[in-house]
Amino acid sequence: MKIEMRSEQFQSPSLIGNLLRKLHIDIPLFMVLLMICALSFVILWSAGGQNETLLFRHASRTGLAITVMIVLAHINPRQFQAFSVVFFSICVCLLLAVAIMGQVSMGAQRWLDLGFFRFQPSEFTKIAAPMMLAWYLSEHALPPKPRNLLAACILLLLPVLLIAKQPDLGTSLLVASSGAAVLFFAGLSWWLMIGIATLLAGLTPVLWHFMREYQRNRVLTFINPEADPMGTGYHIIQSKIAIGSGGINGKGWLGSTQSKLDFLPESSTDFIFAVFAEEFGLFGCVGLLFLYLLVISRCFYIAVQAQDTYSRLLAGSLAFTFFVYVFVNIGMVIGILPVVGVPLPLVSYGGTSMVTLMAGFGILMSIHTHRKLLPI
Amino acid sequence: MDRRFAIKDSLAENRIFLSRIVAAFFLIILLITGLVIRLVYLQVVGHEHYATMSKDNRIKIAPLPPTRGIIYDRQGRMLAENVPTYSLELIPEQIKDIDDTLAKLQRLLAISDEKIEQFQKLRKRNKAFTSTPLLQNLSDEEVAKFAVVRPYFPGVDVYARLVRHYPFGELAAHVVGYVGRINEQELKTLPATEYRGTDIIGKNGIEKSYESQLLGTAGYEEIETNAQARAVNTVATVEPVAGSNIYLTLDMDLQKIAYDALGEYNGAAVAIDIKTGGVLVFASRPGFDPNPFVTGISGKDYKALRDSPHQPLYNRALRGLYPPGSTVKPFVALAGLEYGVIDFNHSLYCPGYYKLPNVDHKYRDWKKWGHGMVDMNEAITESCDVYFYDLALALGIDRMSDFMHQFGFGEKSGIDLVGEVSGLMPSKEWKKSHRNKAWYPGETLITGIGQGYTQVTPLQLARATAILANHGKVITPHLVQEIITPDYATPPELLPDSKIPLKKQHVDNIIHAMTNVVHGTRGTAGRLAKAINYQIAGKTGTAQVFTIKQEEKYNEDAIEFNMRDHALFIAFAPVHDPKIAVAIVAEHGGHGGSVAAPMAGEIIDAYLNPKKDTQHEN
Repeated sequence: MKIEMRSEQFQSPSLIGNLLRKLHIDIPLFMVLLMICALSFVILWSAGGQNETLLFRHASRTGLAITVMIVLAHINPRQFQAFSVVFFSICVCLLLAVAIMGQVSMGAQRWLDLGFFRFQPSEFTKIAAPMMLAWYLSEHALPPKPRNLLAACILLLLPVLLIAKQPDLGTSLLVASSGAAVLFFAGLSWWLMIGIATLLAGLTPVLWHFMREYQRNRVLTFINPEADPMGTGYHIIQSKIAIGSGGINGKGWLGSTQSKLDFLPESSTDFIFAVFAEEFGLFGCVGLLFLYLLVISRCFYIAVQAQDTYSRLLAGSLAFTFFVYVFVNIGMVIGILPVVGVPLPLVSYGGTSMVTLMAGFGILMSIHTHRKLLPI
Repeated sequence: MDRRFAIKDSLAENRIFLSRIVAAFFLIILLITGLVIRLVYLQVVGHEHYATMSKDNRIKIAPLPPTRGIIYDRQGRMLAENVPTYSLELIPEQIKDIDDTLAKLQRLLAISDEKIEQFQKLRKRNKAFTSTPLLQNLSDEEVAKFAVVRPYFPGVDVYARLVRHYPFGELAAHVVGYVGRINEQELKTLPATEYRGTDIIGKNGIEKSYESQLLGTAGYEEIETNAQARAVNTVATVEPVAGSNIYLTLDMDLQKIAYDALGEYNGAAVAIDIKTGGVLVFASRPGFDPNPFVTGISGKDYKALRDSPHQPLYNRALRGLYPPGSTVKPFVALAGLEYGVIDFNHSLYCPGYYKLPNVDHKYRDWKKWGHGMVDMNEAITESCDVYFYDLALALGIDRMSDFMHQFGFGEKSGIDLVGEVSGLMPSKEWKKSHRNKAWYPGETLITGIGQGYTQVTPLQLARATAILANHGKVITPHLVQEIITPDYATPPELLPDSKIPLKKQHVDNIIHAMTNVVHGTRGTAGRLAKAINYQIAGKTGTAQVFTIKQEEKYNEDAIEFNMRDHALFIAFAPVHDPKIAVAIVAEHGGHGGSVAAPMAGEIIDAYLNPKKDTQHEN
């Protein structure tokens, strides 16, 4: 323990710094996360129509999420590694349970009702999948051999398909990308990636065939929202109006007319970025993107500093998945991606995504603060 | 070291991982740049477009209709006003089951099926969130009835609205006209911005002729609305400008006297201020109550008006076409003098009929035994037909027609009312082009006594009389005296004055003869002369409705009422300083002298001796 204390990073003289260190919290990452959370409160107050109850619920969820983060930060990454297979297996079993006996909510079968507790197993899969893949690949030599790669792909596709079938396109996309990120960081050959990309492009018509009506509509709407301005295209048109009318400087806090007058649906959940862009303009948007970039950079730094393959792959994947979150949500809100149900990480109201995300950061902090410093 | 690490190339793994992190980071930077570019495109390049769309989204324009201008008579009495009335209105958007609601309201307030139908038609035209009237002019009782059950009828409410009202009813209906709901045809041609929020338009009379002045300018409110189109607050208001008030030259005292004087006869009375051309009386009987038209007259009532044999909707003063009969004689005589065909002292023997050379047909005088030797004065005074047959033949149809046209026969008078007709003053050329037949000399004869093809309106007769009294100075009759806008007054535009070149002596002679019609011992309107302290110049007329056969006697009592002659009378007074010109047509009145002349006398007397008239009324 004494050797650990000698580390450069652990020499902040401040009292809070000391406390955070004891809690295994990575200070730079924590600070940026807090800033984004604070911003989330500011924008939710406006987007939710100055609703105290909404803000209170958001606060308690944020509190829960931070607690989960701190708890996970305490756990040694070795234990995550050891737990990976079990955790993943449980998740897949739960997903199967949902598929068989899950509760239908808003037209999709996502929830598992345990009588006293209702939850979405797909949320846990966002972490369980990269853990499983990181474990599997770190057990073998890297870059992965085709045989291992195939096994990894099957492992990944199992939960992805189960979630997509619920149907929850957004989550299955995130789970798939988290797994893909693990493969990418494990050194998947570039040629193979190009090959897979080509194959996927070729498979698009097949995928189209298996899509549900509303999913197809989303894609069609994305291609041409103006075709049905009062129907399926309404969302994205109103969102673009909100963002565009914000201009460079924005309409000011609480100045969003698009959300205040109910033109913009889902303004405090999936489309909160539109409200943010309307009120804070281009400057605000670039600022928020910069904060997200800081988070990702710090996570990548943690990944690079990680000392074993499992930690590296997991950290890299969690960081990249976080970016996918940001990109898919903002891309959908500004009309360059089809509408999929992905919230703006740490800012959107509701859902269990906040807890899952913070859990991911907890794991990252655990990886970073449990490093064995090699004696020189 | 772990057992597992032994079989792995740790350094190579590290190298690959680091390169992959760098690649991922670049990919992320690239994608974030993509997001920023898109944001710049939306928020900088497209800002104006989206800002407009955002404003269009939230700002709705609610029209504020202007108050329609008020119409007054020359004394300032209101002929058309706006009175607040209650109307029951529905906002379809807020009503779940509109048919059910209508059925319930119908039971509650005993609304006719027709009103429901009317409403359904209106509703289809209006937007779902606009308040559409179902029932107007609610009585206090009806308002109270609805007030009790109002909570059960969301989207239905009683509003106080200004509704056009015509206090004089049928008396001035043909002058003032009326407003009505804008119909679909009008909707297509109207400028939409000017009629924002207005659903009525002038349909007839002054209401139509001066529509643009009466309408005013619509204002609007910019209202911030939410996505459900519910008003949140008012952003800006542009107040509407009320329509101009219009003062007419019409005198409602005289109008009432004229209308009453027509009595049971259908017909028209027109009186013109000789100096200005201002129309003092413009009565057409029977009239009709214009008020039901404002809120939409029922089909049954409209049918009754339309199909009535008395044709109350027909504006006889403006559009009624009558043979002028003997009222043209002063003008024909003047033509004879002006063209030098005869002089005032020219005499002729009247045997009671006139024969064209080599033709057997007898053109009869109204006096079977004839007038004996008559000069022009006597011919006008006694209305000798034979004298004018002879004069007409000497003049020829074309000279007669040309001359009469100058006095406005066969010409529109230019009055500021829509729908005027020009009547007809025939000529050889007219008959050739319209009937494709040659002109017969016999037709010249009957034209000379105002029969045949000639058709005039009462307005034209009054105007011609005024021009004669003015010694040829042409006036344009008009109804509007003044238009009072909030900031300035515009006098109505009149046709430029002109003057027919007439010899004063000729006109004086004719006026002398016309004075004898009233004041002479043998004048056809002699009874008028009693009890007046000024002189009236006039001319009676009796217009044939149907032609009696040769050798058949016209027996007034023996023929059906609607086959009887029209009674006409034209007059102006006082003779030496003419102020008022009057024309009367009493349909099937029989004799001009006995029926029409007294009516004119009442109007003239009321105008020249207003005090005496007031006592009369009391």
